Amino acid sequence: MASIFRTDPSTGLKIDRASENLIRWNLIAALATLAVGGLLALGVVLTRWPSVHLLPLDYYYRFLTLHGIDALLAWIIFFEIALVHFTSTVILGTRSYVPWLGWLAFALMLIGGGLINVIVLMGGADVMFTSYVPLKADPLYYIGVILFAVGALLGFIIFFINIVLSKRDGGYKRSLPLGSFGMLAASIIGVLTLAHGAAIFIPTLLWALDFIPWVDPAAYRLVFWGLGHPSQQINVSAMVAVWYMTVAFVLGGKPVNEKLSRTAFVLYILFINVASEHHLLVDPVLSTWHKIVNTSYMMHLAVLASMIHAFAIPASIEVALRKQGYTRGLFEWLKKAPWGNPAFSGMAISILLFGFLGGITGVIFGTEQFNIIRHNTIAITGHFHGTVVAGTTVAFMGFTYLLIPYVFRREIIWKGFASIQPYLYGTGVALLSIGMMSAGSFGVPRRHYDITFSGAPFSFTFDPSIDMFLSMMGVGGLLAVTGGVLYILLGFGSIIWGKKIEH
Amino acid sequence: MAIYEPERVWWNPLSKDERIWVALALIWMLVSFIFMPIYHLVGAQNPPAETYSVSAEDYDKLVEGMIAKYKVGEENGFPVVHPSADEPVYIRASMWQWYPIVELEKGKTYKLHLSSMDIQHGFSLLPINMNLMVLPGYDYVATITPTTSGEFHVVCNEFCGVGHHMMVGKMYVKEPAK
Ligand code: HEM
Ligand SMILES: [Cu+2]
Ligand SMILES: [Cu+2]
Repeated sequence: MASIFRTDPSTGLKIDRASENLIRWNLIAALATLAVGGLLALGVVLTRWPSVHLLPLDYYYRFLTLHGIDALLAWIIFFEIALVHFTSTVILGTRSYVPWLGWLAFALMLIGGGLINVIVLMGGADVMFTSYVPLKADPLYYIGVILFAVGALLGFIIFFINIVLSKRDGGYKRSLPLGSFGMLAASIIGVLTLAHGAAIFIPTLLWALDFIPWVDPAAYRLVFWGLGHPSQQINVSAMVAVWYMTVAFVLGGKPVNEKLSRTAFVLYILFINVASEHHLLVDPVLSTWHKIVNTSYMMHLAVLASMIHAFAIPASIEVALRKQGYTRGLFEWLKKAPWGNPAFSGMAISILLFGFLGGITGVIFGTEQFNIIRHNTIAITGHFHGTVVAGTTVAFMGFTYLLIPYVFRREIIWKGFASIQPYLYGTGVALLSIGMMSAGSFGVPRRHYDITFSGAPFSFTFDPSIDMFLSMMGVGGLLAVTGGVLYILLGFGSIIWGKKIEH
Repeated sequence: MAIYEPERVWWNPLSKDERIWVALALIWMLVSFIFMPIYHLVGAQNPPAETYSVSAEDYDKLVEGMIAKYKVGEENGFPVVHPSADEPVYIRASMWQWYPIVELEKGKTYKLHLSSMDIQHGFSLLPINMNLMVLPGYDYVATITPTTSGEFHVVCNEFCGVGHHMMVGKMYVKEPAK
């Protein structure tokens, strides 16, 4: 029995070989897909910057479709599956009970993701990641999405299998540690979400194969966002779980009140799943009161959960640092926090930007009256680069600096560069996102090749101030890509050349 | 710690700070929650909800009927129509045009119908930045009262293929005829 485990010298965590390998490969796949997604982002952002306007028309749309898929779907979910394995085995000190299922899930995601990339680059699916019907893609595109989604579904199911068997073996007695509890919330939402995915992509595939004549566009949008929006809540739950775990690993801090934090995760599960109609606020078909109940009542209870975490995490950081002796005045603990440790700064930047950029704009754009003046403008793209990039991606980047030493037993290389990476990337994404939000307030559309409208029968000239905002987006994008490249180099560099950590 | 199992009993009461914070957050959420329906009832800028299902052929007939009755001119090959306020106004989206150009009068209230002949499009009225989805098979009816006169543009802001960026239409609002 003992032979399958090794004990991490710095944390005392027990890691078994099977889950170590699963975490390693999911992490490698996450890094690789983020690298591709980031390169595509460079092409896209340099095209949206009017004074550069880099790519030709078809490549702009192709790269944009793939940027959405590789960054939002592949990078985030591969990382989350790595977290699923980590929190359902390593944290509990038990083994991976179904490694074969982990590899099956991994293979399906890899094959599905690869298929999507090939089809899109070959020009078979210029449909954006939303693939709104009746815009049609090659059937292989939908098959790729379904394979990836089934893989992800199995990945989340592994969480349940592991924790049930882990309890039997004494991995935990009554309650999961909070980090695992957060991933439990993420996995529950993941399963519900991916069921919506099946409900919409299977009919769409049949339609693309001409087995059924028509998929209703309004129904497609409703069910698609039943997938699309709650899946963002997987990302939020996983991100918050990472925040809590980072505080624990870096500072030894513990949640101030388990009851409060756990209740907040339950609020995510209960409410955000239904609150997905803010994508449909200016759609035909749904009635006004339906939309209002969904987007106000349901959404605000989920926002309440985020408000709770926004209190609980800084509080636990403060408590931990005060325990280490930084007790002078109100803010000595804040000054003395380990700002040079990229795991800590990544978490702090993620909390700050997620709340102030992503969260607040989300609440605003999600109201009925504001949505009509922002829907499908680039302000929306600005909003979700505040959530899923400045929030989730930055948090995951920070956590990588902890995971690599644990699971690869390698030290992070280039410590100096590592300590500035979260700041570089965070600043870039913040500028990118604010630039987009500001340009969008003048009506600049998202997913649009040419806002000078060359070749159109009529031409519209935007308010001249958008030049400044789109340049801000461009400069921010370049900074973010630089920070992203640095992250990839640090990640792969440490995995390959990092100094071996011996027992 | 978030990485260790909590103590045996973790269902502890909240401290004072926590209670204050949660109460404030809850109040804020309740205010936002009440605010949205109230704003809907008192505000003048609500997304419409009136919808009918319609086939592309039928909608096309309605558009052509309106044009035959109210055409007042032509611009760049697009008919310009000046419909009366008590009749429906139809705008047709297709790859890649907004058709026809409509001329409305300031201060009058219109029923503006939107539908697509092929795939999804995004109706974005600029520079006022009003955005609505246009779906095939559905007739989406917005009740609008123009409050400023002048020249407006309709840009497509839902991706609709290679011509998406060329899908620009026009709309006029005239001072009311005496
Ligand atoms: C290096 C950093 C990044 C830059 C510079 C960047 C830039 C952009 C730009 C310019 C757009 C296109 C807006 C448009 O033309 O409509 C875009 C879209 C998008 N980005 Fe990023 N991005 C970055 C990272 C990410 C990451 C890490 C994610 C996901 C976690 C992400 C998710 C998305 C999504 C989902 C879209 C929407 C695609 C669509 O409209 O179909 N981005 N990004
Ligand atoms: Cu269009
Ligand atoms: Cu379009």
